[in-house]
Amino acid sequence: MSMFKIFDTAASGMSAQSLRLNLVASNMANVDSVSSSIDQTYRARQPVFSAMLNQLNPNASAVGVQMKGVVESQAPLVMEYAPEHSMANADGYIYRPNVNMVEEMANMISASRSYESNVEVINTAKQLLAATLKLGE
Amino acid sequence: MKLDNAFGIHEQALKLRTHRAEVLAGNIANADTPGYKARDFDFHKQLQQQLPAGETMRTTSPRHIQPNSGPVSASELFYRIPSQPSLDGNTVDSQLEHTAYAANAMEYQASLRFLSGGIKKLMTAIKG
Repeated sequence: MSMFKIFDTAASGMSAQSLRLNLVASNMANVDSVSSSIDQTYRARQPVFSAMLNQLNPNASAVGVQMKGVVESQAPLVMEYAPEHSMANADGYIYRPNVNMVEEMANMISASRSYESNVEVINTAKQLLAATLKLGE
Repeated sequence: MKLDNAFGIHEQALKLRTHRAEVLAGNIANADTPGYKARDFDFHKQLQQQLPAGETMRTTSPRHIQPNSGPVSASELFYRIPSQPSLDGNTVDSQLEHTAYAANAMEYQASLRFLSGGIKKLMTAIKG
């Protein structure tokens, strides 16, 4: 029964959005993780989504979401002159992560909305299946 | 009355509705996928194609092609024309897809009602 494919499709969307929410949480939690060198500083992480094309059946119409991976933002780190800071390097600089709080907030709202809409899809499909099971009663 | 087509158009309609729900669910799930193009199909046209013809085509070789009666193939799916294209190439309009999905669900339930009525009618005929 192909109605079950809807569950798979919506579930893939939900897991993709939950990865995105997870990364937002990670970025926000680490917004003040300062460090003394460029290499060790936390960089904002973003998920990469792509449509899951069915290899076995190119005619399949239900397209789920797959997570291609996580990329680190290439935006420049914030360099701050704070010689009294305990993490300051030899020149007296500390490095702050390139996390943009406003972007992260917008990302979070977008992810939670998309998650909700997938839940909505599953609920409707569930109702339809239940109604189909009662057919002829 | 032939039992084969006791339910009339509703059997095919229900199958197509399920298929359309699948396509729309794919669109909603990919609302944030860069480069994803929202798809849909022409329900009316597909339903006409799926309807059983008065007589099936006679074949004299197994390699003869029968008219399309399976699920909608990818080539029958059309891409939506976005009203507000986004920068990442995604053409999913969440509101539009949700409305289409909800409407499709209602129509699915309508088809179910018709089928249910058909079954009840047959039961009455059997039991008297």
